[in-house]
Order: sequence, then C-alpha cells, then structure tokens
Amino acid sequence: MEQVLLKVIENKALAPTVFRMKLEGSTKAITAPGQFVNIKLDGLYLRRPISVCDLEKNVLTIIYKVVGEGTEQMSKMKAGAVLDVLTGLGNGYDTALSGDRPLLLGGGVGVPPLYLLAKKLLPEGKKVTAVLGFNTKDEVFYENEFKALGAVTIITTADGSYGKRGFVTDALDGIGYTHFYTCGPEPMLKAVYRATKTSGQFSFERRMGCGFGACMGCSCKTITGYKRICKEGPVLMKEEILWED
Amino acid sequence: MGRLNVDLCGIELDNPVIPSSGTFGYGHEFAKIYDINCLGTFSFKGTTKEERFGNPTPRVAESPSGCVNAVGLQNPGVDKVINEELPKLKECFHKPVIANVSGFSLDEYVYVCERLDKEDQVGWLEVNISCPNVHGGGMSFGTDPKAAALVTKAVKGVTTKPVIMKLSPNVTDITEIAKACEDSGADGVSLINTIMAMRIDIKSRRPVLGNVTGGLSGKAVFPVALRMVYQTAKAVKIPVVGLGGVSSAEDVIEMMMAGASAVQVGAANLIDPFVCKNIIEDLPELMDRLGIKNIKDIIGAAL
Repeated sequence: MEQVLLKVIENKALAPTVFRMKLEGSTKAITAPGQFVNIKLDGLYLRRPISVCDLEKNVLTIIYKVVGEGTEQMSKMKAGAVLDVLTGLGNGYDTALSGDRPLLLGGGVGVPPLYLLAKKLLPEGKKVTAVLGFNTKDEVFYENEFKALGAVTIITTADGSYGKRGFVTDALDGIGYTHFYTCGPEPMLKAVYRATKTSGQFSFERRMGCGFGACMGCSCKTITGYKRICKEGPVLMKEEILWED
Repeated sequence: MGRLNVDLCGIELDNPVIPSSGTFGYGHEFAKIYDINCLGTFSFKGTTKEERFGNPTPRVAESPSGCVNAVGLQNPGVDKVINEELPKLKECFHKPVIANVSGFSLDEYVYVCERLDKEDQVGWLEVNISCPNVHGGGMSFGTDPKAAALVTKAVKGVTTKPVIMKLSPNVTDITEIAKACEDSGADGVSLINTIMAMRIDIKSRRPVLGNVTGGLSGKAVFPVALRMVYQTAKAVKIPVVGLGGVSSAEDVIEMMMAGASAVQVGAANLIDPFVCKNIIEDLPELMDRLGIKNIKDIIGAAL
C-alpha cells in the first residue's frame, strides 16, 4: 500500500453514467490485476474504493459508474485536479493459475479489472476469451479495447440490443477454457459460480471502512475461514466461497 | 525524558498518541507502512473469549464528517490473540500494548483479563463496557453504574496490570459511571466509545447497516467527546484517556486541555493510515507556537 497524490489527466464519459479517469503519479504499489485504489474526496469521510482498469508508466486508469455522492463528485472533476489515493490494495487475480485458455467474465463496471488482467495474460501466450455483459447497447464499453489487446471478445446485453441476448452465462456454450476470472454484480457472480465447470477466481465488491484490513468492515465467511474482502480479497477462489443466502 | 512524555497509570509513554481499539487491528497492517514504535502505544482489537465473526455486512456507513459502524467485535478469540497475534506483534512493536477486552458476561471479562494479565507485552487492560453493536453484553455493563462497578471489581481481582474502563457516551451522565469505576478500583477511564446512530438508504428504504444501528465516530463526535472528557476529568482523580473524533495535533492538545492524560485516535486511522505518525511529528511545532514546553503541563489546563 502507498498513499499518493495523483493528478487527473483525463475524465470522460464512456457510457451515460460510466466514466473513465486517468490519473498520473506513482503506481508502484500496484502489483496485480484485480487490485483496487481507495480515493479521498472532498466533504466525504470514507474513501471510495475503485478497481484498477489499466496501468501504464505512471498512469493509472479507473472506470467507475455514478452510483452515489462520491462517484457523482468524481464525474465532475476536470483535468488537473489532484486526488489523495491509497494504491495497491487487495490481493488481485493470480495469473499463474490461468492455464492456456483463460476465460474472463465481466458484468458492467466489473469489466474494468479484467482489462488489466487480459493485458497481463495475452503477452504470456494465453488464448484469452472475454465475455462482457451489459444491460443495453448504450452501456457497452471497452469492446474494441479488449479486441485490440487480442482477446476473443463476446458482448452480451440483457435486452438483446447489442451482441448476444442474455447474460454472460448465456454465452458460454462452445467456449473451451482452462480457468476463469470474473467480476460483476453478485447475482451475476452466483450465476457464473453455477454455470462454470473449472476452478476460477471471483472479485467481490463490498462497502468498506478503511480498504486495507484495519477495521473488519468488509469481512465475509469462506470455507477457509473469515476473510476481509479488502485484504485477503477482493478476489476469492471458487472453492472457498460461501454464499451468504 | 522528552517533552511529549506522559504517564498513563504508572507507565511512561513517549507521547500521548494512541490508536484506539478497532481501528488498528493488532498492528500489522500499519507496521507495514510505518514504524509503529513511534506511537505512545496502541489499543488492540477488542478481544473476547471465543472467536467472533461479528455482524452481517454492510458494517460501515458514510455520515457527515464521520462514519457509522457496526462491526460487532469480530476477533479471533483470546487463545489466538495470545498464541498468534502477540508473538507476531513482538516482531514489530517493542513497547507495552493496551489489551482491549470485551465480554458478554462477568465471567467472560474475568476470564479474558486473567489470560491477558499473564502476557508481558500487555501493559494495560482496557475493559470495553461500551460496545453499542452487540446484544446482551458490551454496553449493557457500561450504562449502569452498579454493573460498571461489578465488572471493574471483578477484573481488578484477577490482574495486577492497570485497568482502564472504556466508557459509553450513550448515558445520561457519564461522570456517574466514571465515578463508579473509580470507586471500584479502576486505574483509569477512557472515553468516548461511539455514539449510537443509524443511516437509511432512501432508495431501498432499508437501514444501511446489517445490524440496523451502529456507532458514530469521526470528526463529527469530537466536541461531544471533548465535553464528556472535560466533565469526567472534573469528576474523578484517576487518569482520563480522551478519544472521539481526534484527527490532528490540535485535537490532541484540546483533548489534553480538557483533562485527558493521553489521547486515542480512532476512525481517522481508517481514512488516513499515517495520521498518528503525522500527529506525533506535528506536535512539537504546534507546542512551540502555543508556548507549551512539556505536553504534560497542559493536562487539564481548561478545567
């Protein structure tokens, strides 16, 4: 973990309520795809955790959806604004377990962390398939970016307005894979849990206090004991997940 | 002896800054980012007899200038704290630590205190009779002077270490509880624990917290905490540890002027992990500006 000041160099809408922000500054604490950063915002007490979408030399990209006061404030920021950010939080995805044909399953703003993951897996010679699900055509983002990396990219929309109709789990027929990685809303994660045949890694979202393991605000029960989503997570192995209901 | 030194129930601290229980775990997360030996000491995560998972999530909610939490005393239980956490802590923290103890019965308080009393690393026992987020224990002992006295006496009977009773602000008159603890042999009191509170998500029309209610902490509670520390310091002779919303060197000085012998920093650690280190570094310059030679000289200056 590192506490850094990062400068906003881009903040643009990718879809009606989805924004991409590029932040410049030290990114050295970020060591794995699937990790997150925790952002301090004016007038709000708790930081806001957002997953890392991309990393280039000293530039960090996040993609976030406006869902409340914090993300609303972020959406109005202009280039040049400076943010106090804790970086390199959480365990992230383990790329060593991917096998030759990893499958990436993302839903909505669960898609961003899979982008950096694909960017790590593809140069290792892995054949990456990304199935990215959205509600409707307007909300689709990063299709071309995944394709540009070289991932076989399949888009699904719940209303059928673009790509294949249905959820990401409706697009799995005929895809061979050695391991899977997923991030998205919890109902989607549950559907992925049921629909997948191999081992895989799930990234979870929770309301957090600190984001670095101090407060026990985001704990969950797993088969291997109690875990903090912010510290031993946000990525859990399929075999250790205990669904709460 | 340095100008930041203070005495807490007979043990000298290098400075009065103490991360409070529940915001600092057992120290490891912070030891990874700075040398926690700069602290006066810290109060470790509230420990019970058995392992506890705590409350359902969400456990934390945003609030104006603060947050509302209902973690519910998640901890690994006293056996694991002694066998795993304390040995790990020994590697990164070389000062006596405050053992924070919680319980759901008189017997449990006694059992956990008796176990922790035998640990050399433990300097003080801080007995939490003020957790608002558990049922049938915690705060129920801290809202009645007789029950508070009972716990104090029982715990004092099984330890030679200083006992600091951690008090709840969710009472009509906190000084009555503090006096009951003092009369029963407490070596100090610490206050305030969180103020009972809640939030509702107006979109879903449901309480935000899994536990429905929680405890408010953060800057929002500082003036309330300060007032209670002031009243308590006037009412008792034993040391008062002040906490509640402390986030800066200025807040530490203000708390001490209200009568605190040492000051705990809680929620601020969660949003700024370096806050305690920064406060300790900021204190000498602030003291210069205020014409304070030794920090202990200002304890109770406003009384």
